[in-house]
Amino acid sequence: MNRISASLATLMLLAATPVAGLDYADESLPDPQQEAKAVQLMDSLRCVVCQGQPISGSNAGLAGDMRRLVRERIAAGDSPEQVRAWLVNRYGDWISFQPQVKPATAPLWLIPLLAVLAGSWLASRRLVHRKR
Amino acid sequence: MIRRLLLWLPFALGAVLFAAFWAGLHHPDDHVIASKMVGQALPDFETRTAMQGQGAPRAAQFHGGKPRLLNVFASWCVPCAQEGQMLMRLKAAGAQIDGVAVHDTQADLARFLAENGNPYASVGLDIDGRAQMALGSTGVPETFVVDGQGRIVHQQIGAVTEADMPTLLAKLGIRP
Repeated sequence: MNRISASLATLMLLAATPVAGLDYADESLPDPQQEAKAVQLMDSLRCVVCQGQPISGSNAGLAGDMRRLVRERIAAGDSPEQVRAWLVNRYGDWISFQPQVKPATAPLWLIPLLAVLAGSWLASRRLVHRKR
Repeated sequence: MIRRLLLWLPFALGAVLFAAFWAGLHHPDDHVIASKMVGQALPDFETRTAMQGQGAPRAAQFHGGKPRLLNVFASWCVPCAQEGQMLMRLKAAGAQIDGVAVHDTQADLARFLAENGNPYASVGLDIDGRAQMALGSTGVPETFVVDGQGRIVHQQIGAVTEADMPTLLAKLGIRP
């Protein structure tokens, strides 16, 4: 009787582990489209332990936890930007390599635009002078 | 005269940019990432019961009207062992401390608590780091002060030392 219940317990344990023991920290999602979305997001999230690396390329334990979180959320139907927002809410903008558009970051887009405008204005003036 | 100055303007801008990049290169890029959850409600977090006969800590328990501590630690973490005696002193001063043990096992945790003392009212095992991420914590040890209404009011990053005691006691509303 004891033996039967022990083997039953083992069976139940096996059944409780995720399908084929997949740990999404290091294994792909079965759906290639979802996996592509997840990888793209993981490439643009900073590992908060070894801060120069994205979580996709970091061996830190917390980076693995974040990869698991990203894959599970995307498999559950969340959009990559929803997952990014969840992490930004907890760790701040620093965790995302992709700058968010907001007043403080507006110069990132405005300065190149202004530089091109100013440059073409200067160039056009010079060209007009030459023609004379 | 003004035209002359204007001619130098691009050069000056270039020099400023160069100086900025130079300074950036020589400034170590190592940030302490504080949790953005400070000032917000303690998020729901799920952990597994670590010790039999005790439940795992839950966010709902932090609404009791009295400030409490939530300590994120691990049995494999050396500074966590060192801050143990500080936590014991906080407990002796009347603080309630609950623990979240990250990437830990029941057996390792039992050994750790037997060796370093057990200041915790309850400990939850955070196997996948889910509770840690919910809190916006980046490592161990970290200690969160949660006010009586369930709001995180302070985050201590790194081991609690003698120098941190006055701040923590004040945030807990305990007179030293």
